[in-house]
Amino acid sequence: MDALSVAGRTLRSRLFVGTGKFSSPAVMRQVLEASQAEVVTVALRRVDLANPVDPTLQALDAGRYLILPNTSGARDAEEAVRMAKLARALSRNNWIKLEITPDPRYLLPDPIETLKAAQILVREGFVVLPYIHADPVLAKRLEECGTATVMPLGAPIGSNQGLRTRDSIGIIIEQVRVPVVVDAGLGAPSHAAEAMQMGADAVLVNTALAVALDPERMARAFRCGVEAGRLAYLAGLGAPRATASASSPLTGFLSSGGEDPPAKSPN
Amino acid sequence: MQVTINGEKKEIPDRPTVRELLAFLEIEPETVVVERNREIFSTADFEAVRLQADDVIEILKFMGGG
Repeated sequence: MDALSVAGRTLRSRLFVGTGKFSSPAVMRQVLEASQAEVVTVALRRVDLANPVDPTLQALDAGRYLILPNTSGARDAEEAVRMAKLARALSRNNWIKLEITPDPRYLLPDPIETLKAAQILVREGFVVLPYIHADPVLAKRLEECGTATVMPLGAPIGSNQGLRTRDSIGIIIEQVRVPVVVDAGLGAPSHAAEAMQMGADAVLVNTALAVALDPERMARAFRCGVEAGRLAYLAGLGAPRATASASSPLTGFLSSGGEDPPAKSPN
Repeated sequence: MQVTINGEKKEIPDRPTVRELLAFLEIEPETVVVERNREIFSTADFEAVRLQADDVIEILKFMGGG
């Protein structure tokens, strides 16, 4: 696949993978391997003092993957900025997936707090990848304030509903120059392919992989979906038409021209 | 002395460095970031910083997330 450049960094994989909800560290490792993802998201949480050793992310090789911490759990700009700074001290890179979701039912991102936090974080030297609703005007505002990407949602996080925001994502792709990473709600490889063939630059998938019966195989399926969609976008899709347009020649039919042969007389 | 760690009041040995506190709590220093009274410390600072009574400490790590 052709490479993607985000904030000056060249990425060979256009499939970003989240590390939540996997049944074991081994499964997560297999999924990352099979997905060939390069950008891998993580969350920042308090250590459980009663059970401080947690093997989940020990499987993650920070030399191999670009660790993209998120600010999940933040309910406003102030909390998100605090989490971003903590995450940076731990990840030792300045990439942050900005995610501010005050409402736990739909986990929809707060546009006002997200823009506010993005302005602060960009000023402080972060590479900001904001999670947003598929709002073209907000996407443009974030681009203007210097975010590295925009990450519009396809559907609510973990909902597997697919590209419910298709038309708005199309407008974002048309109008925004920074990479568009479709994040959240993609439940099937066809959803990922659809986003990519529309011209999205990458997708981020987590739940669809983690909850699959066979997560490793599903990771391969998504990898193929992303690649198929990207290739289709680059190849240029044919325009939809209301009526048929024959694929086979409309001349030289067996029955065209001449006279029908005389009917055979029955024996 | 008493401090607050991750929202819980906790009795710890007197005036430890961050590294000593983490050893006391059996936490691997490389896997966490520590915030003390809203000031952030990463692994390189753990030896240098000494905690005081009533400090409010957050110890965070990366977990699986999307």
